[in-house]
Amino acid sequence: MDAVLSQYIDPYFLRIILIIGINIILALGLNLITGVTGQLSMGHAGFMSLGAYTSAILTMNYGVAFPTALLGGSLVAALFGFFIGLPTLRLQGDYLAMVTIGFAEIIRVFFLNFEPGGKAVGLSGIPQETTFLTVWGLVAVAVFLNARLLSSRTGRAFYAIREDEIAAESCGVNTTRLKVTAFVLGSFLGGLGGGLYAHYMFYIDPQVFNFTKSIELLNMVVLGGMGSIPGTILGAVLLTILPELLRVVAEYRLMFYGALLVILMIFRPNGLLGDVRIYDLKKRWGLGKNK
Amino acid sequence: MLQINEIEVYYGAIHALKKMSFEVEQGNIVTLIGANGAGKTTTLKTISGLLRPKNGSIIFNNQDITKTAPEKIVDLGISQVPEGRRVFSTMSVMENLEMGAYLRRDKKGIADDIENVFTRFPRLKERQKQMAGTLSGGEQQMLAIGRALMARPTLMLMDEPSMGLAPLLVKEIFSIIKEINERGTTILLVEQNAHMALSIAHQAYVIETGEIVLSGTAQELLNSDEVKKAYLGG
Repeated sequence: MDAVLSQYIDPYFLRIILIIGINIILALGLNLITGVTGQLSMGHAGFMSLGAYTSAILTMNYGVAFPTALLGGSLVAALFGFFIGLPTLRLQGDYLAMVTIGFAEIIRVFFLNFEPGGKAVGLSGIPQETTFLTVWGLVAVAVFLNARLLSSRTGRAFYAIREDEIAAESCGVNTTRLKVTAFVLGSFLGGLGGGLYAHYMFYIDPQVFNFTKSIELLNMVVLGGMGSIPGTILGAVLLTILPELLRVVAEYRLMFYGALLVILMIFRPNGLLGDVRIYDLKKRWGLGKNK
Repeated sequence: MLQINEIEVYYGAIHALKKMSFEVEQGNIVTLIGANGAGKTTTLKTISGLLRPKNGSIIFNNQDITKTAPEKIVDLGISQVPEGRRVFSTMSVMENLEMGAYLRRDKKGIADDIENVFTRFPRLKERQKQMAGTLSGGEQQMLAIGRALMARPTLMLMDEPSMGLAPLLVKEIFSIIKEINERGTTILLVEQNAHMALSIAHQAYVIETGEIVLSGTAQELLNSDEVKKAYLGG
């Protein structure tokens, strides 16, 4: 499939389309935690690296099949999401953000010293198993399940927690359980994105998953529109393409990137697609059942 | 229906409620009046399980709910209209009401109750698709009340429903509270607007720095010199 595609599409574009897909999966995970449930997490790259290293080590050292390794990596990330989620639930806003930054740093430093992970040199020669179809197939599944979840009763409760935790609690929402759930699901997707990334790039090192990566992912969610699936997808697409487009300004790239973010946030403080939710779109376009 | 027995609540080192005891009888409107910081909101939060008392007990329908989780308390039939309304502002009016019925599974009953809320508050019906944050203060208060009703409570806790509303709206809200009570819901009402609260309540307690200092029927308190002087402006 990929070989066929690369006959028609420039490999450079193919590569960007693939990275966009991986970023959509990562951003959808973070969107569940931060965008939908309102728990500011600034350490999503930590979950990504857990998925990346776990799955890479599984396929390289233990000969585990790629799909199983991918699932294994995602589950390890989800497990960490659970353990990070639990004690941090008492924290909110800035404090939670600091804990998640700290968590991602600990993971990074751990991998810097982790022998099977190649320490600072990282892992190279990871089998390139991630294909165009795997990525976009998983994007479709992730979007579908996300949309289902967010238009359900539980999804509404996630939004309610973001809006007003006390009011949600007085409606009978078990906020603790749902916040942990959001963390677990979000970090699962983080791990999945990491595994896909590792098996596409051949090579990973701890520096890939640094604080900047976490912020880049957060930017996608915020820019696209917190809590909105179409918004998150748009954010992931734009912020993956933007740095490529800005290659023309060479070394001023990051300056332009930053300036564009600032301008966008001034004119669209709620993100590009604000709070557009998939089931609102369905209603607007006359799809699905009307309430 | 509800008995509060010598509960003590602390915020860190601050002793917010000091051996507070009172009772809410079934079918009544009971009001707690008192100044800012007296402990009224703390009392409601403790009943609904958002705060835990250090000592004492809370009995609801002969069941000890002192250590019960907030969502279980809602399930038992106590729902709350929180202070400052606290509607889910980026969610629609409809979704807010659906959140009120979060613990219920009977779709038919929920749909009926939404209709009931809309009959009681026609303005909410007109705005059912609008985001709750775009409603006026009075409409938001109605939505908060509607949301609390969606849990089909037998006891409704109301925290300062008059806060920040124009006098005319305050009157309207209070007549709604009275009507809800007449249809069989017991109400525990916390208010700074003592005059309004006493005018619709059956039983009343005056609370000062975490203690009940006066109690009686609403009529008695309306005529009490102490209450007149401290809370009714004359």
